[in-house]
Amino acid sequence: MTVVEERREAEVATPEFEKAANRAASRRGFLLSLPAYAYLVLFFAVPLVIVLMYSFATRNRFGGTDLSGWNFDAYRKLSEPIVRDILFRSLWLAILTTLICLVVAYPFAYFIATRRPLVRNLMLVFVMIPFWTNFLVRNYAWRVLLGNDGLFTNISEALGLGERELLFTTSAVVIGLVYGFLPFMVLPLYASIERIDLSLIEASRDLYASGFQAFRKVLFPLSLPGVIAGSILVFVPSLGAYVTPEILGGAKTTLLGSYIVTQFLTARNWPVGASLSFVLMAVMLVATLVYFRTGGKNL
Amino acid sequence: MDDGGDHPVSDASAAVQLSAITKRFGDVVAVDNVDLEIADGEFFALLGPSGCGKTTTLRMVAGLEFPTEGSLKIFGNEVGTLPPNKRPVNTVFQDYALFPHMTVEANVAFGLKMQRVAKAEIAGRVQEAIGLVRLEGLEQRRSQQLSGGQRQRVALARALVNRPKVLLLDEPLGALDLKLRQEMQRELKALQREVGITFVFVTHDQEEALTMADRIGVMNEGELLQVGTPEGIYERPVNRFVANFIGQSNLIDASVVSGDTVCLADGNHIPGRSDLPVGTRVALCLRPERVEMHPVTAVPAGHTSISGRLESVTYLGNALVYTVANEWTELEIRLENQPGGFRPYVGDDVAVSWMPDAVTVVRA
Repeated sequence: MTVVEERREAEVATPEFEKAANRAASRRGFLLSLPAYAYLVLFFAVPLVIVLMYSFATRNRFGGTDLSGWNFDAYRKLSEPIVRDILFRSLWLAILTTLICLVVAYPFAYFIATRRPLVRNLMLVFVMIPFWTNFLVRNYAWRVLLGNDGLFTNISEALGLGERELLFTTSAVVIGLVYGFLPFMVLPLYASIERIDLSLIEASRDLYASGFQAFRKVLFPLSLPGVIAGSILVFVPSLGAYVTPEILGGAKTTLLGSYIVTQFLTARNWPVGASLSFVLMAVMLVATLVYFRTGGKNL
Repeated sequence: MDDGGDHPVSDASAAVQLSAITKRFGDVVAVDNVDLEIADGEFFALLGPSGCGKTTTLRMVAGLEFPTEGSLKIFGNEVGTLPPNKRPVNTVFQDYALFPHMTVEANVAFGLKMQRVAKAEIAGRVQEAIGLVRLEGLEQRRSQQLSGGQRQRVALARALVNRPKVLLLDEPLGALDLKLRQEMQRELKALQREVGITFVFVTHDQEEALTMADRIGVMNEGELLQVGTPEGIYERPVNRFVANFIGQSNLIDASVVSGDTVCLADGNHIPGRSDLPVGTRVALCLRPERVEMHPVTAVPAGHTSISGRLESVTYLGNALVYTVANEWTELEIRLENQPGGFRPYVGDDVAVSWMPDAVTVVRA
């Protein structure tokens, strides 16, 4: 077909032509997203269904799992005090970590967002540098810092606060988690603050707002999308954290992640491990939804 | 700085008084030793090209920048180092800076809430301000749902509701298209008369400044060059820059021969009144609409003339703009489009002439 003919054909628009074009567009979209869909179904949805099945299965006498005699025993076991305590402790630590990250990251993100572009990019690189080293290695580094003869104990001794053992305490876990997840708070906060027109702050100051009121009434509400995204990005991995509590926490501070691993590997109680994994996911989902909803109302 | 001299302002009644105000950003001098007094109730325009320091001057009055040196008084009170929330002024920002997370009503109420005005009073004053700018019915809209002109009105209402002693406007009409801009010019002027507040507005548009302002301050490169009424500045510009920036000007290089004569580049002596010393390099400022064009042989008696060749004709509908050039200068002539009259062709030799009082001698 020549170009001229093609033009002539396209001269008259008809509803049929429009429909066909729309169909073609949606088909193209589907084909483009097919690899991602396939990957997610195969490596995310299918394993999830398997875990779900195991959570209703029965543990046999030899530590294996029988995929028969479906029951809710594993979920019933979650109401036992020991599991409940672990769940609440994990929740509390995740919330604490999120709050500390927010308080530490917000001024920092604001600072970066209001620098000139060169300084800004340089500082963003600094925020991301830790990612270039393995997470596990960095946690072991904290073990040295927090340990018996580490930097922190030496400082507290020098300040006359006495020898403070931080390693293997809840504080050590929170320090480690805050350290590990701080960039996940800084980056979305930076992204949302950077988008805010700073003349809005000036306008609020011009309209008799004090510096703090300008923050509370204008800057913070407008940066809420970043606050929400950052909080979720910190809260979710903190709740299920495994590596940091294992390395920096003590035996007294077993958290959900470690407990689930124990159920699978040591206690060989796969149904309980599976059910706990699902409850954890449900908690995260609910927390995320609630957070989005409350944030959405104020936006 | 030469005061166009039309409304001398006494200290006591000055709404805004800048004395030797200088603002430096690092090595850059944004505002250079500016003295300025703006009277109470005045509609004052700060006019200049971008980067001339006019916005910085306005921001210093608002408290969004602090002067490096000098004294800044609002109704006699020194405010130079006060933060913006401690000053009796409000600003209409260039891009309006409406709070996107608030409704029109909440935007307008913001300033009153911050000042802890009683709730009942807030409601009344917000309604009044919204009525003043004719936005009734849009109270619950967000700024994203408003047109440019409506946003402009919200920004005005948001500032005026606080009953500031001085309202500052930073290129308030810059973001609007021509038609709307002209409409808003009239409206702003009427609004200012209605509320009786001192308006200080910054613009780079000389036409806007001439149309709206009671007095104009012309700035360039951080310096305040001239302050005066629109007429004073248009008729008696102090230098070449002002003559060229306010309206169109033909600027002819010349030098002073005596108190009422100047010498042109071709050696001819023509009338030109000035009180500058003999020998000073000057420019003759000739407005395109004040010069006439005649055949070389028919220059009216009493006119001064320069002859040249007609280079181009631009048809504007209501007027025609001719360009006439000779070896040492180029002149623009604007003639009303009247039937009949002298209509030369491009390439013709013509005489450009003017009455002696049409020329202003300015510093080169």
